[in-house]
Amino acid sequence: MKLLTHNMLTSHVKGVTKGYPLLIKATEVKVNEVDFNPKFVCRMIPKLEWSALVQAADQLGHREDLPGELVPDYEKNEDFLKKVHRVLLEVEVIEGCLQCPESGREFPISRGIPNMLLNEDEA
Amino acid sequence: MASSCRRPEHTAPPDVFYNEDEAKKYSQNSRMIEIQTQMSERAVELLGLPEGQACFLLDVGCGSGLSGDYLTEEGHYWVGVDISSAMLDVALDREVEGDLLLGDMGHGMPFRPGTFDGCISISALQWLCNADKRSHSPPKRLYTFFSTLYSSLARGSRAVFQLYPENSEQLELITSQAMRAGFSGGMVVDYPNSTKAKKFFLCLFAGGTGVLPKGLGSETSDRTVANQVQYSGQRDVRPDTKYTGRQRRPHF
Repeated sequence: MKLLTHNMLTSHVKGVTKGYPLLIKATEVKVNEVDFNPKFVCRMIPKLEWSALVQAADQLGHREDLPGELVPDYEKNEDFLKKVHRVLLEVEVIEGCLQCPESGREFPISRGIPNMLLNEDEA
Repeated sequence: MASSCRRPEHTAPPDVFYNEDEAKKYSQNSRMIEIQTQMSERAVELLGLPEGQACFLLDVGCGSGLSGDYLTEEGHYWVGVDISSAMLDVALDREVEGDLLLGDMGHGMPFRPGTFDGCISISALQWLCNADKRSHSPPKRLYTFFSTLYSSLARGSRAVFQLYPENSEQLELITSQAMRAGFSGGMVVDYPNSTKAKKFFLCLFAGGTGVLPKGLGSETSDRTVANQVQYSGQRDVRPDTKYTGRQRRPHF
């Protein structure tokens, strides 16, 4: 699971109103090289929940020097876009779990795939 | 019931049907791969994405990632959801570029509002019309799916579903739940006069008014089969029947 996906993922357990952001408990993290596409990163930044991204990168120990606030004029700041690219698309959670902040329900991640299946009473 | 036995969704639930053996076919059977890729190409064409822009897309029922491969080829980024872990394992072995999730469409799409620039789904939607467990209600599951999908799409984007409808009631059920969830749009039928090449694509618009694309192969059609149906929420009332002389009520 890439952090871009994590940034968009919410808990959809029945009755949960704000299942976001999901807490990451990772036991295995991998960094996979992905081609840098500055245009795509630029397009995604406004959609991101910045604080959740910084928090997730922090939890995985890959925050490095990612600023806590979104920098102005990031479109022209290639250095910054490269950092965002790395955190969004290259850092991947392979094993571990995601935890819903409201209900505490855990969604296991195995081989990089979060299991978002619900039990019948949760749907 | 010979014909209905050929429909995989009548044999077992999707997470059971797509086991290791079935999943293997999707990485080895070249005919299957070719058809899946063709349908993905057409679905992406119907999405009408802006030219030359890398988009963030959702692939519902991504399976082994054949449709995802095409999205990657086109320069898009994608997230795939599937209920069969055997199929997702094949996708992992094939080293697809997209991110994968194990999930059930009928439980809803677990994403923040406005996440995706579009959604494609190849041969998956008809599975939702089956009640595989006692607690399953197809209309409810369809509605949960469509309403959560609607919110996870960016305004003005589209969702294109290639599907094999079983009968007109099933199509009616699917489209009515999609409209209830806020989508507009309709059905595009490619090659309506051919039994084999005929393909159904449900094109849904999330907000904004789109013009429904034309189906392929309509040039040769003698116009006896409509190859495009726009759903506006209002239906025509058929003329009074000549047999009983009973007048039909005005609809609604």
